[in-house]
Amino acid sequence: MTPDILAGLTAAVTFVFVFYLLRKGVLREKYAVLWLFFSAAALFFAIFPSALSWITRTLGVTTPANLLFFTTVVLLVLVSIQLSYELSRHEMRIRRLAEEVALLQQQIDEIRDTDERE
Amino acid sequence: MTTARSLVAIPAWNEEGSIADVIEKVRLNQPSVDVLVVDDGSLDGTAHVAREAGATVVSLPFNVGVGGAMRTAFLHARREGYTALVQVDADGQHDPADLDRLLAGLTDADIVVGTRFHPESMYFVGGPRRWAMVLLSRALSIMNRGRISDPTSGFRSAGPRAIELFAVDYPADYLGDTVGSLAIAIRKGLTISEAPVTMYFRQFGRPSKNALWSALYLGRATLAIIATSLQGARRTKEDTA
Repeated sequence: MTPDILAGLTAAVTFVFVFYLLRKGVLREKYAVLWLFFSAAALFFAIFPSALSWITRTLGVTTPANLLFFTTVVLLVLVSIQLSYELSRHEMRIRRLAEEVALLQQQIDEIRDTDERE
Repeated sequence: MTTARSLVAIPAWNEEGSIADVIEKVRLNQPSVDVLVVDDGSLDGTAHVAREAGATVVSLPFNVGVGGAMRTAFLHARREGYTALVQVDADGQHDPADLDRLLAGLTDADIVVGTRFHPESMYFVGGPRRWAMVLLSRALSIMNRGRISDPTSGFRSAGPRAIELFAVDYPADYLGDTVGSLAIAIRKGLTISEAPVTMYFRQFGRPSKNALWSALYLGRATLAIIATSLQGARRTKEDTA
């Protein structure tokens, strides 16, 4: 089997782009690591398609493409769930901060009022 | 039970037209209580009007919904040492004349829910919406081992134990502030009773409620109850300040 040039290029570009974002400091390591790992794996299988065929045979799956699609879908679903979790947690924290800010503002107003009266 | 440390909490979102009137009526009925308006990110003059009317105003920087506004109120109540909190709507649909009854009920229960369903009530709902409310009421009454005929009522009072709980754990999701909070309270072993109240129809009603709306409403409420029932000890980190 020959290396898949299109798949390899896509994986390489993804890898470089994620690395660039990480270096710029706009992407946190815990997310970047995951994408770097995915694109590195994709790059590996693009260069050595026989490795994918071997895993496919070992697992007893009929077509390599099926294994690839299945794994990809599972991983993407897991990532989406993790992102939903993070988002929910942030929403809760932001709301909590908003409540705290509101209560503090009220206390400041109160202190100012008593100061003015004195 | 001292009424001297009672707080009336009014969550308000763009209610500059009715808020002053509500505060005044609360004052007339209960001169000894403090009034707290939680301005839930209003874009109109709600905060200003409420302050002029003599209420303590806590302004949230953006709209967080009734649940978030109420948790802010409970946090305030806990930190300031209030022993009772009554939630009143800002749109004037709750009659402050019923405050007495809701506060008195706290001697025997941790939470008193004002119910719109009693013989003298003028309140009426029909069709799918009524079925949804009946189902919710049944489910919560069974959980509570005591009647809660109007679990979606936002006119209710909370005693010291409920204030302690809700300052930390108050659901912010849709229907969580009414149905969900009761489920949490039941789970934590708090006692809930009810008192008949008068509720006026909203002047500017919500969009019309059809069968689809009712089904969604029931679904979300059921989800809220199930989520609460299955949930472990959900804790928001709460400082002791």
